[in-house]
Amino acid sequence: MEPNSPFTPEHELFRKTVRDFAEKDLLPHKEKWEQERGFPKEVFKKAGDLGILGVCFPEEVGGSAGDWWFKVVFCEEIIRCKMAGLAMDLMVQADISTPIISYLGTEEQKREFLIPALKGDKIAALGITEPGCGSDVANITTRAETQGDDYVISGAKTYITNGGRADFITLAVRTGGPGYQGISLVTFPTDTKGFAVGKKLEKLGNHSSDTALLFFENCRIPRRYVIGEENMGFVYIMKNFQGERLVAAVTSIAGSELTLGETVRYCQERKAFGKRIIDYQVWQHKFAELATQIEAGKRLNYHAVSLFQAGIECSKEVSMAKLFACDLAQRVAYDCLQAHGGAGYMEEYDLARFARDIRLMTIGGGSSEIMKEIIVKKMKWTR
Amino acid sequence: MKIAVLVKQVPDTETKIKTKADGSGIEADGVKYIVGPYDENAIEEAIKTKEKNAGSEVTVISLGPVRSVEAIRTALAMGCDKAIHIDDENSNPDAYVTAKALAKVIADKGFEIVFTGKQAIDQDNSQVTQQVAEFLGWPQVMLVEKLEIAGGKATATRRVSGGKEVYEVPLPAIFGCEKGLNTPRYASLPGIMKAKTKPVETLKLSAEKGDAQPKVVLSNFRLPPEKAPGRMIAGDAAAQVKELVRALREEAKVI
Ligand SMILES: Cc1cc2nc3c(=O)[nH]c(=O)nc-3n(C[C@H](O)[C@H](O)[C@H](O)COP(=O)(O)OP(=O)(O)OC[C@H]3O[C@@H](n4cnc5c(N)ncnc54)[C@H](O)[C@@H]3O)c2cc1C
Repeated sequence: MEPNSPFTPEHELFRKTVRDFAEKDLLPHKEKWEQERGFPKEVFKKAGDLGILGVCFPEEVGGSAGDWWFKVVFCEEIIRCKMAGLAMDLMVQADISTPIISYLGTEEQKREFLIPALKGDKIAALGITEPGCGSDVANITTRAETQGDDYVISGAKTYITNGGRADFITLAVRTGGPGYQGISLVTFPTDTKGFAVGKKLEKLGNHSSDTALLFFENCRIPRRYVIGEENMGFVYIMKNFQGERLVAAVTSIAGSELTLGETVRYCQERKAFGKRIIDYQVWQHKFAELATQIEAGKRLNYHAVSLFQAGIECSKEVSMAKLFACDLAQRVAYDCLQAHGGAGYMEEYDLARFARDIRLMTIGGGSSEIMKEIIVKKMKWTR
Repeated sequence: MKIAVLVKQVPDTETKIKTKADGSGIEADGVKYIVGPYDENAIEEAIKTKEKNAGSEVTVISLGPVRSVEAIRTALAMGCDKAIHIDDENSNPDAYVTAKALAKVIADKGFEIVFTGKQAIDQDNSQVTQQVAEFLGWPQVMLVEKLEIAGGKATATRRVSGGKEVYEVPLPAIFGCEKGLNTPRYASLPGIMKAKTKPVETLKLSAEKGDAQPKVVLSNFRLPPEKAPGRMIAGDAAAQVKELVRALREEAKVI
C-alpha cells in the first residue's frame, strides 16, 4: 500500500463487498435492465441491507457513520455493474436526496423518510429542475402557497431521477418572493393527492435509470415538512451539491480507469496490418496521456475529498474536481471508442454504453459551465 | 452451540504466482491474499448454524502468518463473533502439524461443531479437516453440499460420482464444505464496522503443536510448463474429425 493512503483494511473489505455486489448481483442483469429501462426495486433493498445506502450517515438513522473514503470506495466499485443508470439511481437515493434530511430534518422527517430510504424500503428523489429552468436554480417557479398549517404546491419538475417510482421527493419549491431567497426544500410524499407522474423520459444513455416528468396540482402537505428553515432552500441545495459533485467526479475517474484498462486489453488482442493495435506508438502515446490525466484527476478528487472530509470549505476544489473528471471522461470515452474501431460502436462491447452514459456527467449535478462559474467566483478575479 | 470455522488465507486465484529464484517457495511480493473460496462457504454455514440455534457463537480460527488476520477480519465482518489467530511464526507448517495444533485448540476451547472449506486452494492438499477429526476422535464429512442439524445430530449430504451419499453423524463433528452448500454473504458495512471491535486472541503455533514434527517438507517449487495454445480445426464435421484423428496420431502421438 502506498504511504499515506486514506484506505484502511475496513475500506478494502467494503471495496470487496461493493465489487461483489456490482459484479455478481447486478452485472449479469445488465442487458435486461438496460433494455427494460429499469431494474427491480429489490436492488434498493439489497443495497440497504449491505449498508451501501447509509455509508456516511449517523448510526441513529441506520447509517454506518463511515468517513467519506467509504463513499469513494462505493463510487469506485459500483461502476463495475456497468449500468451508470442504476448506479445513479442508488446515488440519488443515498447521496443526493437524503443527506440534507439527515443534517436538518426533524425527528419525524427522519423516521418517515430518511430511515426507510437508507434501508431501501422507500425510494427517494430530488426535485429541483423544472421544464423552464435547470442551471439557474434560483428561478424555479413551482409554488408552495401557505394555507394555515399546510403548503399547497403547484408546478412541474422534470428530468427527475427515480421520479417515476419515488415514495418521496426532496422538493425545491418557491415559498417566498423571487430569487434565491424565496426557495424552500420540503419532503414531499408522492401519495399526495394532485401529484402525477408524466411520461417516463427516453434518454441518450443511463437506460437502466428511471427519469420522469412530474406534475403537482394543488398538492397539500403539512408545513412541518419543510426541511430546515423556510426560504433557506437555495443555501441548502448548494451545500447538498458538494457531495453530489464529488460523487460525480470520483465515479467519472473510476469509469475512465476501468474503460482505459479494458481498451488496452482489447488493443493487445486486436491486430491490423500484422501488428497488434497496442504496438502502434500512436496508441501507446494516447493511452499514456489518458493514464496520466486519469491519475491527475484522481489526485485532485482525493484532495477535494480530504478537504470535504475535514469539514473545510472546498466548493472551489470540488468544482474543479467535477469539471476536470467529467470533462476528462468524455475524452476517455471518445478515444477508447476510437481505439476499438467498429467494435466500439457495437452494443456487444461495453464502450458504446459507456460513451453514451458518461455524456451526462458534464451536464447533471451542475454543468461544466456552472463549475467554471463557481471557480471564477472563488478566484475573486473580477471583484 | 459453540461453533468454530477454520479458515486459511490463500493467494487470490487471479494472482500470477512466481516462484522464488532458489525454488524455496513462492515470491510473496505482489501476491494478493483472500479468504479461501471454500472457506467462505464454511463461514456462511457457521453463521447460518448460529442464526438457527439461539445463543450460539461462532469463533473463526486461522493458522498462518500475521497477515492471516486480514482473513480473520473478513470472517468477523461477515458475522463471526470472535477469533483466534494461531501465529505460525513464519514456519509454513505441513498439514500434519497444522491439524495437530488446530485439534488442540478446538479441544481446549470445547467447540461442538467445526466447519472448514473442503480444501485450501493454495496447496490443494485437502488433508487438514480429516486429520483434525482423527486427532479429536470426531466424525467428519467432506464435500458437504447440504447440512441439517437437529437433536445433537447432523445429516450431511455429499455428492459422489453417480449419486449422493447421506451421512448421519453425532455431534461434535467436523464438516468440509463444498461450493454448492450455500451462497456466502457479503460483509455488510455495519458488519465491517462492528468487526473492528470484536476480540482476536493470538496463540503461538510453537506452543499449540506439542511435539508434532512435520511429515512433509516442501523442498522445491517450480511452475508447471506453459500450456501451448489450442488450435482450432476448421471445416465441416467429417473433415474436422479426420484432421483431429490425424493430429492426435501424427502430431500428439497419443493414439
Ligand atoms: C439523466 C438526467 C438526470 C437528471 N436527474 C435530475 C434529478 O434527479 N433532479 C433534478 O433536479 N435534476 C435532474 N437533472 C437535471 C440536471 O440537473 C439539469 O439538466 C442540469 O442542471 C442542467 O440544467 P438544464 O438542463 O436546464 O440546462 P440549462 O440550464 O438550460 O443549460 C443549457 C446550457 O447552457 C449552459 N449554461 C447555463 N447557465 C450558464 C452560464 N451561467 N454560463 C454559461 N453557460 C451556461 C449550460 O451549461 C448548458 O450547457 C437530470 C438531468 C439528466 C439529463
